[in-house]
Amino acid sequence: MNDTIEQIQTKVQFLTADEAIGKIPEGSSIMVGGFGFPGMPRHLSRALVKREELRDLTLITNSLGSVSILNDLFEQNRIKKVVGSFFSTNKELVKANREGSVEIELLPQGTFTEAIRLGGAGIPAFFTPTAAGTDLARGKETRTYNGREHVLEQSLTADVAIIRAHKADKAGNLVYKKTAQNFNPAMATAAKLTIVEVDEIVEIGELDPDKIVTPFIFVDIVVKREEV
Amino acid sequence: MSYSVKHYIAWRCAQELSLGCVNLGIGIPTLVADYLPKGVVTLHSENGILGAGPEPGPDFVVDPENMDLVNASGVQPITALPHASYFDSSLSFCIMRGGHLDATVIGALQVSETGDIASWAVPGKDVLGVGGAMDLVVGAKRVIAAMTHLSPKGEPKILPECTYPLTAKNRVDTIVTEYAVFKFREGKLYLVEMVDELTFEQLKEMTPASYEIADDFKWVKRDSTPEEQLVLK
Repeated sequence: MNDTIEQIQTKVQFLTADEAIGKIPEGSSIMVGGFGFPGMPRHLSRALVKREELRDLTLITNSLGSVSILNDLFEQNRIKKVVGSFFSTNKELVKANREGSVEIELLPQGTFTEAIRLGGAGIPAFFTPTAAGTDLARGKETRTYNGREHVLEQSLTADVAIIRAHKADKAGNLVYKKTAQNFNPAMATAAKLTIVEVDEIVEIGELDPDKIVTPFIFVDIVVKREEV
Repeated sequence: MSYSVKHYIAWRCAQELSLGCVNLGIGIPTLVADYLPKGVVTLHSENGILGAGPEPGPDFVVDPENMDLVNASGVQPITALPHASYFDSSLSFCIMRGGHLDATVIGALQVSETGDIASWAVPGKDVLGVGGAMDLVVGAKRVIAAMTHLSPKGEPKILPECTYPLTAKNRVDTIVTEYAVFKFREGKLYLVEMVDELTFEQLKEMTPASYEIADDFKWVKRDSTPEEQLVLK
């Protein structure tokens, strides 16, 4: 058994936060996991804020509330567009949007997560009754199914996903904690480059295969969180 | 708005709920949890839990770096009940949008006589957040709108048509205010309950929507405060 574990190799790399963020090209679209505090990749976010030459970014995230570490990016004028469901409590972003320096695409939260899930599954668009007849459906194609109006929504993919999990094994399989899953498992599937920060890295075989939520095939880089 | 008006509305909403799974929105709906019978109404929260429990005790330490269990505010810590499960946002919104929740109690700015609801945006202000409101209202089997009868400026909120941006069309099932309960039955709005402090004429003056008085209409007394009712329960 141990001999087999030693022979196992995957393409997943184990890097520091700065090394991982260093692989993100300028002008990238970046999905960032998290819902408020839980599941927010805070360590990678700090590294992203620190790499000031990385500009012209599109953020796809539900974690841009008042407590977000990413708020510095707006002050630094490094974001051209944000896609998500809730930005009202972010003063820097509200200001940047008023000044016209940041474009905002607002989606209902369920449409947002479904767009990411289907983006990861290779399905480019979908019909949903959510938002039918509201301002958020303006300009979007509609169709009636079962007597109910549905809105055509585009799926979402990104160049990069930065996410947070609880543990990774040395193959890159991921498990999460409690409500800290939120958008992270879907985002892991929907980006060309998926970078995850974890509390702990364990040996292959230590994670129960029944409990693994994100298989390593969706993971490119694992970063172990450092003490803050 | 006084403390007890909000609590009365929350208490009255709780009387609408029985065995099943429910999502409570922010604002007055959050208070509904205090008045639910223990164990029979399981609370769903869209950030990824079915079986949400109350806030942890005063000893709980908030650590933004390692916080794993919160409600849909993203920052408020909660606990989990013994039958709880955790899941990702895709499954959480599958529960909401797929029609699996028995009910949602949601705050509203306006409700129309055809069951349209406006709850997320006010004209002339920055409109930068919708969250899960549209998904909830479209997907839950019952939508209970919990709101004060009038706006803080004294404007009616139950109207022939909503003037604020809609959250969804034709989705409200029940309206609960501090004065009355209305239900939509076969597309028509009915007054089913009213506090005995008002006359029909006084209610009509505050309620421009067209509605009929239901066959099963009843008067109610607000003789004990919700706080007292909470203790009695």
